[in-house]
Amino acid sequence: MINIPSTLRISFRALKVNKMRSALTMLGIIIGVGAVIAMLAVGTGASKKIAEQISSMGSNLLIILPGATTAGGVRMGAGTQPTLTMGDAEAIQKECPAVQDVAPILNGVAQVVYGHQNWSTGVVGTTPGMLSVRDWSLASGRPFTQQDVKSATKVCLLGQTVVDNLFGDMDPVRQIIRIKKVPFTVIGVLTKKGQSAHGQDQDDTIYVPVTTAQKKLFGTTFPGMVRIMMVKAKSTEDLAPAEKQINELLRQRHHIGQKQENDFTVRNLTQIMETAEQSTKVMTLLLGAIASVSLLVGGIGIMNIMLVSVTERTREIGIRMAIGAKTWDIRLQFIIEALTLSLVGGIVGIIVGVSGSKILSVLAGWSTVISPFSILLAFGFSGLVGIFFGFYPAYKASLLDPIDALRYE
Amino acid sequence: MAIIEAQGITKVYSLGDINVNALSGVSLTIKKGGFAAVMGPSGSGKSTFMNILGCLDKPTNGKYLLEDIDIGNLERDELAGIRNKKIGFIFQGFNLLPRASAIENVELPMLYGGISVKERRQRAMAVLKGVGLEGREDHHPNQLSGGQQQRVAIARALVNDAPIILADEPTGNLDSKTSAEIMELFVKLNTESNITIILVTHENDIAAYSRRIIKFLDGRIIADEQKERL
Repeated sequence: MINIPSTLRISFRALKVNKMRSALTMLGIIIGVGAVIAMLAVGTGASKKIAEQISSMGSNLLIILPGATTAGGVRMGAGTQPTLTMGDAEAIQKECPAVQDVAPILNGVAQVVYGHQNWSTGVVGTTPGMLSVRDWSLASGRPFTQQDVKSATKVCLLGQTVVDNLFGDMDPVRQIIRIKKVPFTVIGVLTKKGQSAHGQDQDDTIYVPVTTAQKKLFGTTFPGMVRIMMVKAKSTEDLAPAEKQINELLRQRHHIGQKQENDFTVRNLTQIMETAEQSTKVMTLLLGAIASVSLLVGGIGIMNIMLVSVTERTREIGIRMAIGAKTWDIRLQFIIEALTLSLVGGIVGIIVGVSGSKILSVLAGWSTVISPFSILLAFGFSGLVGIFFGFYPAYKASLLDPIDALRYE
Repeated sequence: MAIIEAQGITKVYSLGDINVNALSGVSLTIKKGGFAAVMGPSGSGKSTFMNILGCLDKPTNGKYLLEDIDIGNLERDELAGIRNKKIGFIFQGFNLLPRASAIENVELPMLYGGISVKERRQRAMAVLKGVGLEGREDHHPNQLSGGQQQRVAIARALVNDAPIILADEPTGNLDSKTSAEIMELFVKLNTESNITIILVTHENDIAAYSRRIIKFLDGRIIADEQKERL
């Protein structure tokens, strides 16, 4: 018969006698558990950030780039040949049932002036569909309309960064700014979106009607030219059909024969981002796995100290055996001692790991997320380490011969 | 009624190629309530015999019945159970747990006997009082004199109501006055509680407290005489 509460008390006392030794042994587990929790927090934080960026980019996105074709046998990179037109955009909107919105884009960098302030920023010529494609709303003012596009009016929407740099705290709506010396009326301000997946400031931008960009700002090699198009599919399931429909439609519109390669490229941005998210998750697991190596090392430390303890207490083991301790009484005593070391170390390690990841996020500016799962995992793992590495010393102790053990000096 | 019955016990240790006969055919019967002193020079086999009587070791050949239980057929954990219930050990060096208080040392056999915390405390207190250590329950071994430590050990041997006490030179580390006190305690336990006592000693004046003297030499019993207690 085994008496758990008394065995627990015996174990605690044995650990209290060698305070320094117990503390140092626990340190291994503390570092291990702390590292596992901190690493998982950093990893989980990174994947969460990517997930946020995916949703900030807009969901169910396809991007159509010109080129990526063989031109006279020479392969050109995507985007090198201007082949997309306003007509393509309108046709996709009309004829592809899986597509919700299309935003043709003609963009460039331009100097923007308001009063004494000036700022260099990306100017994006596009259509009203852009706001829906990018899941972006206005903080104030109104969006531009199809009518603005049709008549190429000189109106613009400003990103927050542009507003901050040109206007400070002033309300920019209805003010007139100069983009490449052309006066534009500010009709609205976009809400703040933050950084993109590549660390770009998405708010450092100005939206103007695409026709205005073509005629007044950047010029075109042929009428109605756009640089790229962004397409929003109706749902995640519609992404693949939309890609197929766009491919077929554009091949037909661009008169591309059976054996010729496309003069455009359709990319599934959402898929790319999801791949990035997946790889961050793998990264997280990897970090956790590396951190658990230190937990393993901590476990070896426990085994080491328990073996020393068994040798030191050979006589005590002999006394216990002589007065009736059975094999499992002795084994449990030492296993519980090892388990106490590892679990107390685990609890302190959780505190260290949680505060460590908080400090990391403050000092290094990394976003860290502590999941209850990682805490449970680390704690459970440290318990297993205690049992696993405590078993051999306990087993050794239980096999001692009582007569020899009693004689041990 | 025989509480201990040993028949033709031998014990052979092999040290490499050489076999050492520690016991070569020992037969002995001890009645319930007996008080025997085992004497003999070192190497005579008396310690080996005591280890077998205490169920710490098994004979190579021969039969050992303790309260009619054949010890030779028992497993390691079963022997531990017998030691726990039937035998109280007293050692020359006391063998108390240094980190545990007097009462915790006394409670230890009951811990392995599966007795409740409350009963353990009550019984340990009663037994400590019986050996004259009332008020010393919470002292640690290093806070007690040799005689007091041996009394704690006796309390520990008594607490599970073991019918047999095996004492290995119980007064070897004590001065003559304290030795006499401890021996008086043994005599009292023997006469009042009918506990069977077997003790190993080198000294004739300690053996004089017993009623039977068994002498060992070269793994055999060479003398076994009943006598009146002095």
